[in-house]
Amino acid sequence: MDKIQLGDFLISLDKDLEIKEGKQFTEVSVPPEKLYSLARMLREREEVQFDFLYCLSGVDYGQDLGVVYHLRSTVYDHSVVLKTRTSDREKPQLDSVSDIWKTADFQEREVFDLLGIKFTNHPDLRRLFLDSTWGFPLRKDYADDINIVTK
Amino acid sequence: MPFDIYNFTSFTQWIDSSLHNAMSPFWTALTEMVIIGVLVLMFYAVVGLFLVYAERKVCAFMQNRLGPNRVGPFGIFQTIADLVKLLFVELIPIKNADGFLFNLAPFIVIIAGFMAIAAIPFANGLHAIDMNIGVLYVIAVSSMGVIGVLLAGWSSNNKYSLIGAMRSGAQIISYELSVGLALITIVILAGSMQLSVIVEAQRDGWFIFKGHIPAFIAFIIFLISSTAETNRGPFDLAEAESELTAGYHTEYSGIKFAFFFLAEYMNMFIVASIAATIFLGGWMPFHVGPWVGFNHIMDFIPPFVWYIGKTFFVIFLMMWFKWTFPRLRIDQLLTLEWKYLLPINLVNVLIMAFLVLMGWHF
Amino acid sequence: MEEKVKNITTEEQQEYVINMGPQHPSTHGVLRLVVSLKGETVKSVQPHIGYIHRGIEKMCESITYPQVIHLTDRMDYLSAHINNEAVCLAVEKALEVEISDRIKVIRTLMSELTRIQSHQLWWASFGMDLGGLTCFFYGLRDREKILDIFEETCGSRMIVSYNCPGGVMYDLHPDFAKKVKEFIRYFRKILPEYNQLLTGNVIFHERSKGIGNLSLEDAISFGITGPSGRASGFSCDVRKHEPYSAYDRVTFKEILYTQGDTYHRYVARIEEMWESMNIIEQLIDNIPEGPFAVKMKPVIKLPEGEYYQRVETARGELGVYVISDGNKNPYRVKFRSPNFVNLSVLNHIAKGFKIADLVAIGGSLDLVIPDIDR
Repeated sequence: MDKIQLGDFLISLDKDLEIKEGKQFTEVSVPPEKLYSLARMLREREEVQFDFLYCLSGVDYGQDLGVVYHLRSTVYDHSVVLKTRTSDREKPQLDSVSDIWKTADFQEREVFDLLGIKFTNHPDLRRLFLDSTWGFPLRKDYADDINIVTK
Repeated sequence: MPFDIYNFTSFTQWIDSSLHNAMSPFWTALTEMVIIGVLVLMFYAVVGLFLVYAERKVCAFMQNRLGPNRVGPFGIFQTIADLVKLLFVELIPIKNADGFLFNLAPFIVIIAGFMAIAAIPFANGLHAIDMNIGVLYVIAVSSMGVIGVLLAGWSSNNKYSLIGAMRSGAQIISYELSVGLALITIVILAGSMQLSVIVEAQRDGWFIFKGHIPAFIAFIIFLISSTAETNRGPFDLAEAESELTAGYHTEYSGIKFAFFFLAEYMNMFIVASIAATIFLGGWMPFHVGPWVGFNHIMDFIPPFVWYIGKTFFVIFLMMWFKWTFPRLRIDQLLTLEWKYLLPINLVNVLIMAFLVLMGWHF
Repeated sequence: MEEKVKNITTEEQQEYVINMGPQHPSTHGVLRLVVSLKGETVKSVQPHIGYIHRGIEKMCESITYPQVIHLTDRMDYLSAHINNEAVCLAVEKALEVEISDRIKVIRTLMSELTRIQSHQLWWASFGMDLGGLTCFFYGLRDREKILDIFEETCGSRMIVSYNCPGGVMYDLHPDFAKKVKEFIRYFRKILPEYNQLLTGNVIFHERSKGIGNLSLEDAISFGITGPSGRASGFSCDVRKHEPYSAYDRVTFKEILYTQGDTYHRYVARIEEMWESMNIIEQLIDNIPEGPFAVKMKPVIKLPEGEYYQRVETARGELGVYVISDGNKNPYRVKFRSPNFVNLSVLNHIAKGFKIADLVAIGGSLDLVIPDIDR
């Protein structure tokens, strides 16, 4: 599927999706509550089959915390980027996609560790790199007087 | 016979009788024990150190390296320097280790090696004891080392050590059978368990040549299973450094570690010398039945040289295995023994018995 | 206390938990695996990582793009050059800089040399994991030759930092082509020796065939890329699917197997060395003339937006995801490191095998720990 067909297909799944044609990928912004169902559809629908989640990154957008999913289909060789964000910085919660793509298991743990986003239904959500006394270093408001030199 | 110029029997008997003249039988026996003990101890240390050096050189040769070459010419004093270092290294006490057994284990391993050396004939008339059940004795004491290994693994209070010890136990007990049966094959051919008689019987040809194919098969099996029994080469599962860090001696340091280290090389020396004695004629020169002139020339080479030469040939083979093969897995190791070596060995013993019965050997 | 004792089931009592690492000979670094055993059989493997977590992604947010390059070296130190290339390509893509053919060819040549030396070190340490200690010296002996070539051109041996946005740091050393050809001639003779030493060995076959099987579905679902993924039949070679640098002008085979066991992960890497040599031979004789670097602005500022660049390192797909807010520092950099993803499959494929197999499987995944921790 090329980008236009993909865009049409995504609209047909859900009219409210915010679809942006990036330079590289078709970017879809999805509200957190629809994330899981959309992810499952993208994985399972015969027309798209996004079976390879090749990058899962957590981003601190300043106000919001977000997660970006880079998906590719090994069958059709097309890609899509899912973006979701939550404005709750105290207790950010998103649905885990680790039962759809097994690779998400580790990558979500990394996001939890560095950004503090909790993934519901994750089988084994523990800190990965750091111990529990650390803050969440990839957040923009993370302060560390000793190790981070600010000019 | 030029053969007798190197006969040590009269020499040892002279020592024995002069001691008898000087003191009572009890003190004679005690003095002889001390003399032999000191000699064996020195021999043990020298051979151990040399083998460590030899292994490092052989391994370097296999691996495109130079090996030790700094301390002394060709690095021959390297192992002595290492030993001195090991003597000064702190003995680290292990928390919650069973202290008594922990300290006892290296001695059991060392003592097992000592006891086996006692029965080995180094040259004509040069052995500590010539028992009429020499072969049985050697098998019996050399398998005592496994107790030391098991104790070391158990008392270290370390999980890797325990796994290593359990592997070692399973391995040595299994391969003990093959070692025994391979030796039994030759015992049938020689008709005796006395090591001096076995060597004497090889005067006109070594058993590996005299015994047709069964003796050769027995030699191969002995080589494989004795390598396994000494925890070496592709069978070094008990220490398996890439799996168990160092296996049963992970927690040992300093001189206690040196004991295990030396014992490993001494065990290798012992099994190699048994292989040399039983299959390759021990100190007996290379004789070909009817070639009298050739046999005469061979006789001028001292028997001790023959013995050492053969032993080191076998040791070289074992080192060659170690530095070229990857390691087996524990289940494959036991499969090899119980499903292949043991049945082959049993059939081999039968064939050998049949050959001897029919008198088809040379 | 009483209750705790009661709660332990018989199944748990039979488990024997050992810590492999952080200091362990076969974890190749500070990886800690908590292994539950039943006898010698592995029940589960829990990787505990972060012992050399340096926060590279966080550090990148406060430095400029040319400085990022020097941090990416330290991720997967064995494919340092390819990591650099990924960042450079991302920056060049964002700025829409057209780089000369010479730069592309130089980068491709260096990447393939990096791949060979990485596989050589992997082969050396994989042999050692299986107890064949001699392999280690053979592998490192030949790797030295590539490192010498690197040293001449890049000035350093392992952490080369040879790329920079817009090209490479220095021009090739005059002897480069000669030395590389010499090496290829030499290594074509030596590589069959590797096979004689390890690949053809019966014990090696017993130890590696049918061990740690990874199916195609699982490989895709776990995102296993690189030779480990291709051994399971997952066609994931970025050089083929999204050619970058000069990979579109060379012909090479994507090594694919379907069995997905330790042995085929091994063979895939050995075959990749042959393919890398083919690629180098196609390019080495006609390196185009031209500048070795495009002149860039002294302060590189990426236009606002998001950029994603994938490259094929020696271990799999490295993704660089850059979010820029128009400043001279990136707003967020995410490295999708192949080793981090490949590690996650360890529990899945090592379950039910022996502890010695766990070492072999870990070795066949070719994990580099700094790349996992970043």
